[in-house]
Amino acid sequence: MKNPYIPYEVKILDTWYEAPGDRCIKTFKVSFTDEKVWDTWSHLPGQCAMVGIPGVGESMFCISSSPTEKGYLRFSIMKAGKNTSALHELEAGDTFFVRGPLGNNFPLEEWKGKNVVTIGGGIGQAPLRPVIQWIRDNRADYGELQLVYGARTSADHCFKDEFEELMECGDAECHLSIDVEEEEWPHFVGFVPQLLLEVAPSPDNTIAVTCGPPIMIKFVLQNLEKLGFTPDQVYTTLENRMKCGIGKCGRCNVGHLYVCKDGPVFSYAQLKEIPEAFA
Amino acid sequence: MAVKKLSKEKVGDALSELSKFRLIAPAKSDEVVVFKQISDPAEAFLDYGNSTVPPKKFAFPQTETLFRFMRGSSELTEKNVEEEGTTVIFGLRPCDARAMAIVDKLFAWDYEDPYYLKRRELTTLVGMACVEPPSVNCFCTSLGGSPFGSEGLDVLLTDMGDYYLVQALTDKGKKLEETLSSQLGEAPADDEKKAEGMAKEAEGKIRRSINTEGIPEKLPTLWDSELWKKVSAACLGCGICTFLCPTCHCFDIQDETEETGEGRRCRMWDSCMFREYTLHASGHNPRPTRKERTRNRVNHKYSYYPNRFEVIACVGCGRCINLCPVNIDILDILNQVVDA
Repeated sequence: MKNPYIPYEVKILDTWYEAPGDRCIKTFKVSFTDEKVWDTWSHLPGQCAMVGIPGVGESMFCISSSPTEKGYLRFSIMKAGKNTSALHELEAGDTFFVRGPLGNNFPLEEWKGKNVVTIGGGIGQAPLRPVIQWIRDNRADYGELQLVYGARTSADHCFKDEFEELMECGDAECHLSIDVEEEEWPHFVGFVPQLLLEVAPSPDNTIAVTCGPPIMIKFVLQNLEKLGFTPDQVYTTLENRMKCGIGKCGRCNVGHLYVCKDGPVFSYAQLKEIPEAFA
Repeated sequence: MAVKKLSKEKVGDALSELSKFRLIAPAKSDEVVVFKQISDPAEAFLDYGNSTVPPKKFAFPQTETLFRFMRGSSELTEKNVEEEGTTVIFGLRPCDARAMAIVDKLFAWDYEDPYYLKRRELTTLVGMACVEPPSVNCFCTSLGGSPFGSEGLDVLLTDMGDYYLVQALTDKGKKLEETLSSQLGEAPADDEKKAEGMAKEAEGKIRRSINTEGIPEKLPTLWDSELWKKVSAACLGCGICTFLCPTCHCFDIQDETEETGEGRRCRMWDSCMFREYTLHASGHNPRPTRKERTRNRVNHKYSYYPNRFEVIACVGCGRCINLCPVNIDILDILNQVVDA
């Protein structure tokens, strides 16, 4: 068995900014330096990886590409601390290291035949992106796809081109929002939980998936209940500080569950039982 | 096959024989007893209560290298634990051996931890039964252990006066007996029976106890209880309760780099009692005060661990009680849990 602490080197194929500012978000499209790693690598939407640079450290990020996208992995990373600042210095052709895939995944097999609504906020769209891409690449297996997404400003919107393309091609119904009014913004102004009530997806044969800042998730969960969604129809991801990523080092637990190993994907039904889940 | 004995006069010879391996034994270090690698049998101090620091670091070092790297290079060199060689831990207490058996479950769970498991595979544990409980705060019998407990051990030694009764418990233990064939003699036929009696007597001398039944299930129901604030009020957040705990296994991972660019990724003991342990890069901390950290520590040992591994992650060694600078007492906390 492979040593789970040893990462693989990846080469940056392409990189671009999703959002500007002090806490800018940069997307990295990478492939393994050793092409043979692809023969054994397999991940599913929702799974994560430890991403880092020897000498700096490593931190956990969701893999923001779907396994249906072949030949590369994507990570969309917000600049927040030491490791992410060092990663942000890197450009196409540079390398870093990836350890994974880690954690569980969205149960997309179980969702076959159902409608899916994703509700994202800010960088929280990163773990939802592979779900959306997976459904687009297996379109006949799923019902309607609705996307609800917001960020503070239009500049903070991640994956803009992809949303535009989606709206044009009709694979999904998209609803966008920003927190405060901007000139020429054609979509909703307000917070994501409010937009969700406006869109009012039907809970009938539908799965709701939400990722975003904790405060947004809190109100999205409340509003989904108002719309008639039961806790087992609702999924989210959690995050916590992590070191090992394999359920040993102890710190990422919420109650008896390790976010790194038992998560990051949890149903609301699971989390309702755990008071620490939304700490 | 007859049970063996090791006469006290031959302990030195036996330790010399075992020093062809990496031999770890209790030894005095300033005012305290610690487990350390010894080369001279005279360093071993077998007439001890229990060590201040448990011997867990010989399976799970306080700091260890996971791999080496050169900044900017693609190559990572994995640490080879095999190089550390075959290890014998001689004279550890049954509670500390049982603690290793408990921690084994975590490191073998799902992803196998190659460093820890290789080291365990290379290590033989020779225990020393507690004829007298080492501390007034011993409570091993409340947690399924015993002063004469054999769980986790390969060999159990019992002090019979001028010799030790030697009971090999596993294949590794039998192998060790063979290694010591010229130092061991044949024990009197009724010694095993005698030891059973001594065990009962030692168990009767354990002064503190807790009925753990129902605690793992009850703890989560006390999440919002006032008791957490009360029991953590005196806590300094020093982390000694976790560092000296034989079952605490939480760790941090850090990189160290020299000016030359050579570096290593290592892991080191960490403590859930520290603020930084759960601090997010965003500044958010899901366990912002000692109240949440104490609650997590107690829940982890007495609820989360048994929930996953069907055993409480505490062996009742009493170190966290004996060595807490502000006298926080885990049994006092558990009694409050029971009464709540």
